[in-house]
Amino acid sequence: MIEHHRHILDFTLSSLLRRKGKNGALLLVYSLIIFILASVLFFTYALKREAALVLHESPEIIVQRTMTGRYQTIPISWSDKIGKINGVISVRPRLWGYQYDTTFQANYTLTVPSENPPESGSIDIGSGISTMRSVYKGDIIVFNGHDGFPRFFTVRNILSYESQLLTSDLILLSEKDYRDFSGIPSDQATDLALRVRNPREYATISEKITHLYPEARPIVRTEIQRTYDAVFGWRSGLVTVIFSAAAIAFIIFAWDKASGLSAEEQREIGILKSVGWETSDILLIKFWEGIVVSLSAFLIGTILAYAHVFYTSSALFAPVLKGWSTLYPTFRLTPFIDFGQVATLFFLTVVPYTVTTIIPSWRAATIDPDAVMR
Amino acid sequence: MELRHSTIYLGTTAGLILVLGGIFLYASHVVITSGPLFARKTALVRQLELTDLCLFTEASYTRHLSMTDPSTPFQDSPMSLEHFPTGALVVPPPHLVRSNGKHD
Repeated sequence: MIEHHRHILDFTLSSLLRRKGKNGALLLVYSLIIFILASVLFFTYALKREAALVLHESPEIIVQRTMTGRYQTIPISWSDKIGKINGVISVRPRLWGYQYDTTFQANYTLTVPSENPPESGSIDIGSGISTMRSVYKGDIIVFNGHDGFPRFFTVRNILSYESQLLTSDLILLSEKDYRDFSGIPSDQATDLALRVRNPREYATISEKITHLYPEARPIVRTEIQRTYDAVFGWRSGLVTVIFSAAAIAFIIFAWDKASGLSAEEQREIGILKSVGWETSDILLIKFWEGIVVSLSAFLIGTILAYAHVFYTSSALFAPVLKGWSTLYPTFRLTPFIDFGQVATLFFLTVVPYTVTTIIPSWRAATIDPDAVMR
Repeated sequence: MELRHSTIYLGTTAGLILVLGGIFLYASHVVITSGPLFARKTALVRQLELTDLCLFTEASYTRHLSMTDPSTPFQDSPMSLEHFPTGALVVPPPHLVRSNGKHD
C-alpha cells in the first residue's frame, strides 16, 4: 500500500518537474500568499497579547474633561470630590502632552511620571528618540516652550530598548519643568488617573463621576485593553486590506485550477487511461499533486512569516505602520502564537487547493480517453 | 544510487515539518520564560501610568488610541476627512463608538 503511494508520488513529482517553470511559479506565488496571511496572523495576535499583558497595569479609570467635543485641561480640584466616591483608592492628576520637533519632523510624548521623576532641568528619553537624534546620557537637548523661548534639558537616562513598544517616543520630565514648558497653570492637569480596587465597580464609579461633572469623560481600563483587540481585530483596516488582497489572489488561483485542465494535462490523463490506468489512480496522482504544492507552500510560507514577524520586526509591514512618522519603534515582539489560527490557515489553504486540483481531473478521467486526447 | 523523487520530497517535507514544529516549541519556550520581561514592562506601565502602545507616532489620535475623541481625526468638520495614513489602518476604540452612538 505504502509502496503503491510512493510510486504514484514518484510519478506525480516527475510530472510536476516536467513543467518546472509553471509549477515553480505556482509554488512561489502560493508560498507568498500564505506568507502574507501568516505574517498578518502572527503580527496581530502577538500585538494583541502584548497589549493585553502590559496594559493590565494601566490606571483603572482615566477622567478627561471635554468641552464641545474637544479636550480641555481638568481642574485638580475635581480630585477632592472624585476621591470621596466609594471604591476609589486614589486620584492622581496626570500631566502629559505632545511636542513636535520641527528639525526631525517627529512627534514626542511628554509625560510626568508618578514615581521617580527626573530632577528639574533633566529628562529621560525613549530609545527611539535617542537613536533618531543621536543623543545619549549626559547630552543636552533644547526644545522651544509654549512662549517660544528655548528650554535646555540634560538627558538623565535612556529608557530601556526592550520597552520600545511602550516608551520609544517618551520624554519624562519633572512637574515643574512640564508646567513651565507647556504653560499649564498649577491648578490644572491633563487628566486624572484613578486607582480602584474592585473591577466590578468601574461602571458605577464612572456613572457617579459623570453625574458629578457632566463634562467629564471617564475611560476604564477594560476599555483601554479592548481598544487593541479592536484595532487588530478582523474588522480593522490593516487586517481587512491585507487579508482581502491575499484572499482574492487565492480565490483567483483556486478558480483557475478548478475551472479546467490545460490541454497538456488532459492529454496526459488520456494517455494514462489508454495504457490502462484506473480512474482512482489518476485521482490519486492529482491528490498528491495538490498536496505536494499546497503543503510545501504552507510550510515555506509559515516558516518565512515567523522569521519575518519575530526576527525582522515585521520589516515589510513597517512602511505601512509608519505612515508619515519619522519616529517608529523597532520592537521585537514576544512570539505569542495562536495554534488555532495556524490550523485554520492550514485548512483554509491546503484543503481547498487540493480539492480544486482533484475535481477537474475527475471530470477528465471519467471521459473516454480517445475523446480527451482529441 | 540515485535517490527516488519521493524520497527527496518526503525527506524535505519532514525536514520542514520538523523546523516548523521546532519554531513553535521554541516560541512556547520564549513565552514561558518571558515572565520577568513582562514584569519589567508592567512595572513601567504602572510607574508612568501609560495607557497605550507606541505604535503610531504621526497623529495624536493614533498615538493614544484609547484616549482619543471623535472630533480630532476630522478636525473642524465631519466632511474634513482625516489625512494621516495610519488613521486608515485602525478602527476607533469600541468605547468611543458606543458612547458617541448614544448622542447620534
